[in-house]
Amino acid sequence: MKRTIPLLISAITGFVLIGTAFIPLFVDWGNIAMSWFNLLAAFAFILGGGNLLKMQLQKISAQQPGWGYAAVTLIAFFITLFVGLAKVGVHPNVKFPEFAWSGDYLQEDGVFWWLFEYIFTPLSATMFALLAFYISSAAFRAFRAKNTEATILLIIAVIILLGRTYASVWLTGWFPDEFIIGESGIKYSDFNLQNLSEIIMEDFTTPGMRAIKIGIALGVASTSLKVLLGVDRSYLGSDQEA
Amino acid sequence: MQYRIFKLALILLLLPLVSVSGLSVIRAAEPPAPPADFRAEDVPGDAGTAIDLFWTLSPDDQPDLKPRKVLRYVISRKEADNEESKFENIGEPTYRVNTFRDSNCEAGTPYLYQIEAVGQESLTSKPVVLNEPVIASLQWFNLQRSWFAVFVVLICGSVIVFIRLARSGKKLKVRKIAGLEAINDAVGRATEMGRSCLFVPGIQDINDIQTVAGITILAQVAETTADYRAQLEVPTSRSLVMTTARDTVEAAYLSAGRPDEYNEDDIYYITDEQFGYVASVTGKMVRDKPAACFYMGAFYAESLILAETGNSVGAIQVAGTAMPTQLPFFVAACDFTLIGEEFFAASAYLSGEPQQLGSLKGQDFGKLIGGLLLIAGCLIMTLSSIQSRGVAPDNQEPTYLQSASNYIIENILGKGGFK
Repeated sequence: MKRTIPLLISAITGFVLIGTAFIPLFVDWGNIAMSWFNLLAAFAFILGGGNLLKMQLQKISAQQPGWGYAAVTLIAFFITLFVGLAKVGVHPNVKFPEFAWSGDYLQEDGVFWWLFEYIFTPLSATMFALLAFYISSAAFRAFRAKNTEATILLIIAVIILLGRTYASVWLTGWFPDEFIIGESGIKYSDFNLQNLSEIIMEDFTTPGMRAIKIGIALGVASTSLKVLLGVDRSYLGSDQEA
Repeated sequence: MQYRIFKLALILLLLPLVSVSGLSVIRAAEPPAPPADFRAEDVPGDAGTAIDLFWTLSPDDQPDLKPRKVLRYVISRKEADNEESKFENIGEPTYRVNTFRDSNCEAGTPYLYQIEAVGQESLTSKPVVLNEPVIASLQWFNLQRSWFAVFVVLICGSVIVFIRLARSGKKLKVRKIAGLEAINDAVGRATEMGRSCLFVPGIQDINDIQTVAGITILAQVAETTADYRAQLEVPTSRSLVMTTARDTVEAAYLSAGRPDEYNEDDIYYITDEQFGYVASVTGKMVRDKPAACFYMGAFYAESLILAETGNSVGAIQVAGTAMPTQLPFFVAACDFTLIGEEFFAASAYLSGEPQQLGSLKGQDFGKLIGGLLLIAGCLIMTLSSIQSRGVAPDNQEPTYLQSASNYIIENILGKGGFK
């Protein structure tokens, strides 16, 4: 029973959502199903918040490694929650000036907005910026010419890297715009790095990516069917109680 | 005397300016010319809730005219069979726009539409009313997608047929997937080293099929960790994923016969925020140094940050995602990567259940159909382009191949459907 009802709900909802692609009448039902999901997700957020508090408090009380970060998380959590709920620094809405809390909590110059703009956004940007260093280290490892395949990868990577920068113009931009043999249609300039990188991207990478995408689409269809038909129920947990 | 001459010259100079500006004021005060060719069409393939309107721009709606003579168009609607009904404003598209979709219709009701061009000082043109009322009709099936429906039925049908074949006992051969074979080794290594296994189910919610696929793999990984008595940690970035993962892992420990080893605190929620989640997980990796990291789900820019951090702590890493843009990062930084369809096949492969393996054969049949269609399409398009070389485009009857290629473009790939 613990698995049958969720399975029924997911099967009905899933088939209705598939139907929205073909049966216009199902579109409204599909929208209702998605609204229900959003409602559930909103309630689950309370569950998530509760779990976050529990885990951080456990870390602090047991003084686990990194418990200081847990304390910072908790302090930030409560400050943000208070500032957002109490609408600290938010001016009343012009339509209802007599109500102090009538302004939007995301209002510019409010404390919540300030926290988002001057703490949250720079911190996120900092994490994102780390990606540049990680790309360098990953590329360094991936492009080591250990064997034939890795050497081919390295050569192609160099062509693409140079072909997408001004270096390609500087290195191979002088290739003459003349036919190699008679009127064969192939020119010297066809072999400059910029053109080579475009050929690699359009004639090799794009078909490869499309093949992967076709495989993904078939995999999505197959997995969705398995879930909707109840063939794969592992995501639903067990019928028994532990 | 000099002063008089100067005054006269000044008046003569200013006179044309004054007259020109006066003229422009008079011009601006004129209402704009009305738009022409006003027509309406029922939107095809919908539930009878929308009507498309088209018109030719007013002759005064010129891009280089300053100030603009047309500022916007006002579209009004009334029910044709209701005598008390009056034209009501339903939308105001701006200048240089010649289409409008009324998405608030009732199926079966005849509507009359009216359009007016609005110029400076809110002066409106003569209204243009439709000659005949238009009715939005309900279509039970979106015929524009009929070919798509055929392919969906073919592929889904083949998946179902192969599942039934597998259930009836037919043996199916599935090739080895190295990334999935490595899961047992990775968990075994973690057990030997006395370190934990980390499973990251992506950063999307449970309504994303990649997260569902990730959770089904988690069920198998959890069963292995329960068998080996290794510790498994699952940090999630969505509350619903946390609750689903908890149920899944609990069931896996139960089926492995070790329900007492299950600890729900090992599956916890961090934050919905992408980089906040990454900061927490990578911090955890650096402090705890897990021996095996699994990344299974939907990933974006955080994929490489996670995988490179895992690499730096010496973990065996297995990744699987259907995000084509993130696959190169995982390939570069992880020991094993499940590429696209392999990721979706993982659950069936790991479970070894014949009915699940049947779905993989269904997928293969889908690939066969796709491959055949690709070859047929490429051949037809190539041959028709060769045929049309050197032939003047006008006054030519399309050949059989050209008609076929047009049909593929417009009906199969486009919105023509069965026509």
